[in-house]
Amino acid sequence: MVGVVLVSHSAGLAREAAAFVREIAGDDAVVGWAGGTGDGGLGTSVELIAAAVEGAQRGDGVVVVPDLGSSVLTARLLAEPGVVVVAEAPFVEGALAAAVTAGAGAPLDAVLAAALEAWTFRKG
Amino acid sequence: MASSAGWAAAWVAEVARVVTADRERLTALDAAIGDADHGANLERGFAAVTSGSTAGGTAGEVLVGVGNTLISRVGGASGPLYGSAFRAMGKALEEPVTGTGFAAAFQAGVEAVGKLGRSAEGDKTMLDALLPASRALAGAVREGCDAREAFRRAAEAALAGARATIPLVARKGRASYLGARSAGHEDPGAASAALIVGALTAAGPAW
Repeated sequence: MVGVVLVSHSAGLAREAAAFVREIAGDDAVVGWAGGTGDGGLGTSVELIAAAVEGAQRGDGVVVVPDLGSSVLTARLLAEPGVVVVAEAPFVEGALAAAVTAGAGAPLDAVLAAALEAWTFRKG
Repeated sequence: MASSAGWAAAWVAEVARVVTADRERLTALDAAIGDADHGANLERGFAAVTSGSTAGGTAGEVLVGVGNTLISRVGGASGPLYGSAFRAMGKALEEPVTGTGFAAAFQAGVEAVGKLGRSAEGDKTMLDALLPASRALAGAVREGCDAREAFRRAAEAALAGARATIPLVARKGRASYLGARSAGHEDPGAASAALIVGALTAAGPAW
């Protein structure tokens, strides 16, 4: 199972977005999150993100979905081809598409593609 | 001459000093087009660097350690960017340090910033100070200048590059959300890059 990790500058945003995604994608999906600087502030912590990625790793790879700015840059630092990939996608839609696809048992490249496809989603 | 590790430690200590001295200016620049945390973020990052991780046998090892500390301690976009730069420069810097080797390592550090940020010159980022500095440094070394003169030219080029960001419209980072309203302000990343390059002149000759 491919893991999905949501990364935000805000711990609250990452935690709640991950809970929302998990609710919709179902219990089979592996959804982790990392947010904030670790001391309660807004920002990015490479240690928190690395720990969340490790926690979501089931051997089939992890797709990291960052919100913006330093979340993206820090996620890129942790990228390893075929093991940890960064989906530069809309945060909510991208994470949701990734988690639903991962929960269905799709491989890493398909989960990444699903997240990136979220750029084309319309609100309805 | 002192060890290359000692030189690298002196450079980052000087960076920490000037970043602290100019914290309010960096924060004011960032308040205009960013989120007003650049000065505090860099001060925290370089304070962490000077408080413990400058041990190492060579300048390259010291700089790799500095990069790792910045990545884990800064918390804003400048952490991964400057962290990658110091790490790449440290990995590329060979012993014994020569002018040519130093210029090549500096260039490797600058290229790491562009690669991670997927940014280019003219995007109103730290690269607008770093790339002219890298070219000036390499040019001075090719002409046979000593380290002092090469660093002086690099610092001058970085300052000019930072000032030249004032009319630019930001294409990267938080300032890019402002679109045309980002013009008229010096980029805080370019300003801090000029401080980091300027600190070379106070660290003494590296070769």
